Amino acid sequence: MKAKIQVRLKNGILDPQGKTVNNALHHLGFENINHVRVGKLIEFEIEESDRKKAFQVIEDACKKLLANPVIEDYSYEVEED
Amino acid sequence: MKFGVIVFPGSNCDHDMYYALKTVIGNNVKFIWHQDTSLADFDGVVLPGGFSYGDYLRAGAIARFSPILQEVVRFAEKGKIVLGICNGFQVLTESGLLPGALMRNQNLRFICKHVYIRTENNQTTFTKMLKKGQILRIPIAHGEGKYYIDDDNLKRLTENNQILFRYCSPLGKLENEHNPNGSKSFIAGIINREGNVLGMMPHPERAVELLIGSNDGRYLLESIIT
Repeated sequence: MKAKIQVRLKNGILDPQGKTVNNALHHLGFENINHVRVGKLIEFEIEESDRKKAFQVIEDACKKLLANPVIEDYSYEVEED
Repeated sequence: MKFGVIVFPGSNCDHDMYYALKTVIGNNVKFIWHQDTSLADFDGVVLPGGFSYGDYLRAGAIARFSPILQEVVRFAEKGKIVLGICNGFQVLTESGLLPGALMRNQNLRFICKHVYIRTENNQTTFTKMLKKGQILRIPIAHGEGKYYIDDDNLKRLTENNQILFRYCSPLGKLENEHNPNGSKSFIAGIINREGNVLGMMPHPERAVELLIGSNDGRYLLESIIT
């Protein structure tokens, strides 16, 4: 199975990177784009055919390493091969 | 006291700290490789500044799982001295030994300059040679030093006097223009509840000789060994 994990800053936490990208977009004329937030996409393959078990592994990996629960939220999806 | 300075791949302030503790302060120091697994001979350890494991994923996130870190956690639980400077502070928050997190600087730039910090609590192992309110001039050098903590935990941190240093003006005022990285509540350094683990972004080991601009960092290092 393939897993795609999105890690993003929690709502309410200032994202100076997103703000800077937002300003740059405005300078380029994209004035209707707002509230830019920048996050991370992490992809990996997981050797597990049972979806439930795969979810558990991903949850565990997110909590232990991929996201920092103090400042970040995560979400994920899996694709069967 | 016997000190160990932990060396991760990517540490770059390990030799500065070794020099400060050994040559300037005259203390017993040894390097400890990140794959070592014992701290039995030591009374205190330092997690130095740098870019451990290239700061991949998040600063300090990978170093946290190095073999020696498991031992550092046990060492801290025994009440021994643990000092994390800059990247070391990031490792300590990632490992849960200290609360909060360190994020990208407010202005997104890497900042390398001398700043002023105010001593908020001098009743600790790390600050006993300082006066309360004493202002130190110490360099910072980081891209991810904006301290973040949620309001409930900030309240706890404040009530327990865990905030040791705050960024301030040369006269000791808390003013936004003197908060170099946008840290919450101007926080530059904190201790754990038990008072044996200190994490701070400024580099005391780079401020130990007047010849290079300041020796204010000596107070802190000498407090620990006294």
